[in-house]
Amino acid sequence: MIGFLSLLRRDLRLVWRRPGDVGVVLAFFVVAVVLFPLGIGPETNVLTRIAAGVLWCAALFAALLSLERLFAADYEDGTLDLLLLAPWPLELAALAKCGAHWIVTGLPLSLLAPLLGVAFGLEPESLFILFVTLLVGTPALSLTGGLAAALTLGARKSGALLALLALPLCVPTLIFGAGAVEALAMGEGIVTHVAILAALALVALATMPWAIAAALRQAGE
Amino acid sequence: MADLHFLANPARFRRFSQRVLPGLGFATVLMLGVGLYMAFFVAPADYQQGQTVRIMFVHVPSAWLSMGGYALLAVLGASLLVWRHPLAALMARAAAPVGASFAAVCLLTGSLWGRPMWGTYWVWDARLTSMLLLFFLYLGHIALSRAYDDSGRGDRAAAILALVGVINLPIIKFSVDWWNTLHQPASVTRLDAPAIHNSILVPLLWMAVSLLFLFVWLVLLRTETEIDRRRLEVADQTQ
Repeated sequence: MIGFLSLLRRDLRLVWRRPGDVGVVLAFFVVAVVLFPLGIGPETNVLTRIAAGVLWCAALFAALLSLERLFAADYEDGTLDLLLLAPWPLELAALAKCGAHWIVTGLPLSLLAPLLGVAFGLEPESLFILFVTLLVGTPALSLTGGLAAALTLGARKSGALLALLALPLCVPTLIFGAGAVEALAMGEGIVTHVAILAALALVALATMPWAIAAALRQAGE
Repeated sequence: MADLHFLANPARFRRFSQRVLPGLGFATVLMLGVGLYMAFFVAPADYQQGQTVRIMFVHVPSAWLSMGGYALLAVLGASLLVWRHPLAALMARAAAPVGASFAAVCLLTGSLWGRPMWGTYWVWDARLTSMLLLFFLYLGHIALSRAYDDSGRGDRAAAILALVGVINLPIIKFSVDWWNTLHQPASVTRLDAPAIHNSILVPLLWMAVSLLFLFVWLVLLRTETEIDRRRLEVADQTQ
């Protein structure tokens, strides 16, 4: 547990000392979202209809963009070898890395998305649900993407490959995340959506650290 | 399982495959010939769909084989990670493009079939969408296994991906079904007839078995090639 906390703190401190890295990801998110009204046209009813899907997809891309470096720096400077030799389970280290990623990406994205949602004409209720679904769903993205990042360590063209691996696996999260906001707009209950989203995140939490650890072990061989 | 362990030795596998392959290839050609003849000339045209129903004889077995192929990748991935079978990695490398091809054939024939039946090449139907995602999972597996200079790395990474993918497939399928009902698509003519008449069912099953023969033949042949390629690599390195 001490190892888990110190690794989490170390990753957060690394980000804290170079806040630009997170800033770039958030800026990408904002720019990507802003491109949609420019491409589609300024009709508010169309934009309101697609807002949740656009924000969710942009959040997914922004999360993937930042995942490429999740293990890469540790892999290059040898920290990963030390983690492999460390006396505590590698699964916890994987969880700490993904947790740190979520705190510096998933959490700010969840907070930022409702602000952008206002520009798409979403109702306050929808904005709140958007925030909740992103808050519940982004851990699943960090964990699933973390596996893709671990699998592509040291590969050629690892960035594009990471997206190819992670995107199909993120489809369920996207469907239920964006679906919740849409269900609210259609006057349906959203409890099921949020519950399934939470279930997806918990399944990822229960399985992905082991898969990531297995991927990191074979990367260290 | 004892038989599979026996084949784990590449040299022994090669002796086995060299004995089996010619006969298997001959049987595949014969079966496919008879199957295609039945599909084109013996099976009756559907009273609603006319001649286009014949697409089904390739379309449906391709869907089955592409799903079975991914299950095969997962089994091979597990045996690579658990028992370190040297052959499992080579066979997964050989099988992934074959499975992906069957998924692509399924999508293409489905698209061509959809044009006269539904009036469009593509609808965001749940089954079409999940087949497309299965195709993407195959592409990821193929790309990952070939993304490393050290081919052993790629094999093990792809094995982990295949296992995660096979666990995720039912979840993806379920969520796509859910998504499809949420969006309430225009009603699409379903092909689920309550019972398939024998005059259609027999050619369909025959085609399924012959395409399974084709699948096995291609995978064994490609596995042989992979063994040879790996030997050449090792020979290059030792020189």
